Amino acid sequence: MKEEIKQLSVGDKTIPPEGAKMIPIYIMGREYLVPETLTILKAVEYAGYQYVRGCGCRGGICGACGVYYRIMGDYRLRSGLACQTVIQPNMVLAQLPFFPVNRPGYNMEDFRDDPHGALRALYPEVFKCVGCGTCTRVCPMDIDVMDYIALIKRGNLKKAAEKSFDCVMCGLCASRCPAQISQFTAAMLVRRINGRYLTPKAQHLKKRKEEVESGKYEVMLKELMAMPVEALKKLYMEREREPDLAPPGWMPQDTSHL
Amino acid sequence: MSGYTPELKELIKRVEATRPQRVERARRGEHFPPLSMEQRMEWLKRYHPDYKEEGRKEVRVGPNKGDVLPEEIVNVLESRSRIEPERIDLGRADLETDILIIGGGGAGTAAALMADNMGRKVILATKLRHGDSNTIMAEGGIQAATQEGDSPYYHYLDVMGGGHFTNKPELVAALVNDAPLIIDWLEDMGVMFNKYPDGRLMTRHGGGTCRRRMHSAGDMTGAEIMRVLRDEARNRENIKVMEFSPAVELLLDRKGRCRGAILFNLETKEYYTVKARAVILATGGFGRLHIQGFPTTNHYGATADGLVLAYRAGVRTCFLEATQYHPTGAVYPEQNVGLLITEKVRGLGAQLLNVDGEEFCFPLEPRDVESACIIRECLEVGKGIMTPTGRIGVWLDSPMIDLLHGEGTVKKELPAKYIQFKRYGIDISKEPMLVYPTLHYQNGGIEINEFGETSLPGLYAAGEVTGGVHGKNRLMGNSLLDVLVFGRRTGMKASEYVGRVKDEGELTLEHVERFHEELKAAGINEAPVAPILLPDYTPDHVRARQFR
Repeated sequence: MKEEIKQLSVGDKTIPPEGAKMIPIYIMGREYLVPETLTILKAVEYAGYQYVRGCGCRGGICGACGVYYRIMGDYRLRSGLACQTVIQPNMVLAQLPFFPVNRPGYNMEDFRDDPHGALRALYPEVFKCVGCGTCTRVCPMDIDVMDYIALIKRGNLKKAAEKSFDCVMCGLCASRCPAQISQFTAAMLVRRINGRYLTPKAQHLKKRKEEVESGKYEVMLKELMAMPVEALKKLYMEREREPDLAPPGWMPQDTSHL
Repeated sequence: MSGYTPELKELIKRVEATRPQRVERARRGEHFPPLSMEQRMEWLKRYHPDYKEEGRKEVRVGPNKGDVLPEEIVNVLESRSRIEPERIDLGRADLETDILIIGGGGAGTAAALMADNMGRKVILATKLRHGDSNTIMAEGGIQAATQEGDSPYYHYLDVMGGGHFTNKPELVAALVNDAPLIIDWLEDMGVMFNKYPDGRLMTRHGGGTCRRRMHSAGDMTGAEIMRVLRDEARNRENIKVMEFSPAVELLLDRKGRCRGAILFNLETKEYYTVKARAVILATGGFGRLHIQGFPTTNHYGATADGLVLAYRAGVRTCFLEATQYHPTGAVYPEQNVGLLITEKVRGLGAQLLNVDGEEFCFPLEPRDVESACIIRECLEVGKGIMTPTGRIGVWLDSPMIDLLHGEGTVKKELPAKYIQFKRYGIDISKEPMLVYPTLHYQNGGIEINEFGETSLPGLYAAGEVTGGVHGKNRLMGNSLLDVLVFGRRTGMKASEYVGRVKDEGELTLEHVERFHEELKAAGINEAPVAPILLPDYTPDHVRARQFR
């Protein structure tokens, strides 16, 4: 066992054990043999590439590694995130290192009164969607992109914000749009409009903000900072724990330090 | 989708064979005995990466000379510059700005927004794309005492307790006092927090909290916050973002102040001199150094660049001996490697098992102890399970959850994890998961005060690159908060400073030359070059043919 341990994969570097099954993949057309079960990202590294572009969180959330591929002999063009897609034999792939999109600058204040009208002025192309559904088909997050575009067109910005929430902004939708729409940049703005204008503000937060700004807690915190560790530990052990299922607005027994 | 390989399926049969008996015992409330306090210490000392003497060494040069730290960190601290100082013409700057921010995650972007608010010109230089950071990967939430039954007072106690009372009090006070302001700021920018219909923020408990103060935006809180911050930064004309442009060295002036940096264009391989009146370091953590070979939950660029730069310029670090490992990171399938498997899985009754389907530890020991138990079983006892890509791990027997709590519990309580495995043909309500401890967070870093000032005038630091806020151990939900609180504070403090400081004095890289001499004097002749910028996962058979 001890000897084997030296052969363990270190960090993200893949060291396949003896006898691992190797399969052919084609990185931008060139054949490489790589161990099966790897993701595209790790297979490309196994082949000897060191990523500069096209690699970020390696966990499916940052959108750096959008990829297009075909399986030899199959006409269909497929897409995914390189860090989340497992290689298949005879996969022919190219990653999208970058894709130019339209993202006009704006001021959030411009969307206070007539968000739909302001959005139409900023992103007129969104309203020219031809409804082909290609964006929905390529989305690696299974978002119904065409549907949220339709919701934006109809002015249902709240629903569009919710429907686009899982977007990782990889840009695959924009890269295939025949109407030249940058769907995900428009959706980014729609979500901010929703968060700022279409959702009620937290009233308790406003009040707490005023309390903080009045310096109320600085006094209490100074008291804690000056305390010997033993006294602090005692307070720590005696803290009252809010029940997991308490209703919102729960209040503790001791309200002297709120 | 294939799910487990035939070989692993064969091994799962051993887990299934012992399962009925284990479930019976669990129903009777019997469990594997927890370690005694003495055993805990012994296990930690022998198997936990933080306690092992093996894999650590003494720092021989620089401000932390004499400290004993993990080898991977010492190697980058005791490193040579990527540049030869004498070849850089400091007489003319390629770019000039008020404030240079190094790092484009949550801290750097928050700093940029505040500096812009205060009328400063900003260059934000980042190694990968703007937003590529650990911030974007934070799923769980952000802590802040926003509810009536809570206050910064209790938040302070929780943070200190979590850090075993080693945290720097003034940093903790800043963290918890600013927290509600941060949530307000984010709400105002349009972050879609989870709310009740009347606008009240939804909050949950996190490990070690006495009040429910974890705010979230779905299960991608960090991503939502980061994309909103980045979007807002793109609206500001005075924030110039330079992507794929990591800093490789800080610039000082003859008065000993930090005055800019040398940036490196990763694509054209050019070096640029950027002259600034203040510099903010926000380069994030070190997960990609893979301390002791551990996989990590960190993003691709987490290679400790800022630590290296500041250290060479004479800035001290603290708490770098404490690394946060999460006991259960996925090791199979390959695309899930490093993925965090929440403690909740064990909380619901799933046991940890070795290759023979036997229990070897109490499943709810403290995180560090649990990690030590798993490492021991794999490396010392030799009863780990090997994956087809050469990783080792133990079983986490999630199918026990439905057996103990009823059909459908896994799907209801662990929806994200269920989907993440289902995608690869593994139904975790029917088949166990393979797990091993994973490197999660850099607890320590550059020493700062409550304004994010370092010991070097003109140099500020914020976020994971700094140390002291969390002491030896960080609680869930305080890292997103940390990056925003100290990002904003440094942005404001640096903006004030820029108004006072005069643009005078020649730029110099003498500190780099001095550091090189110190290396030589300490007999370190083969020092590696750092910051390493990008991790290298090239396999040996390729490397052998690259002749490098």
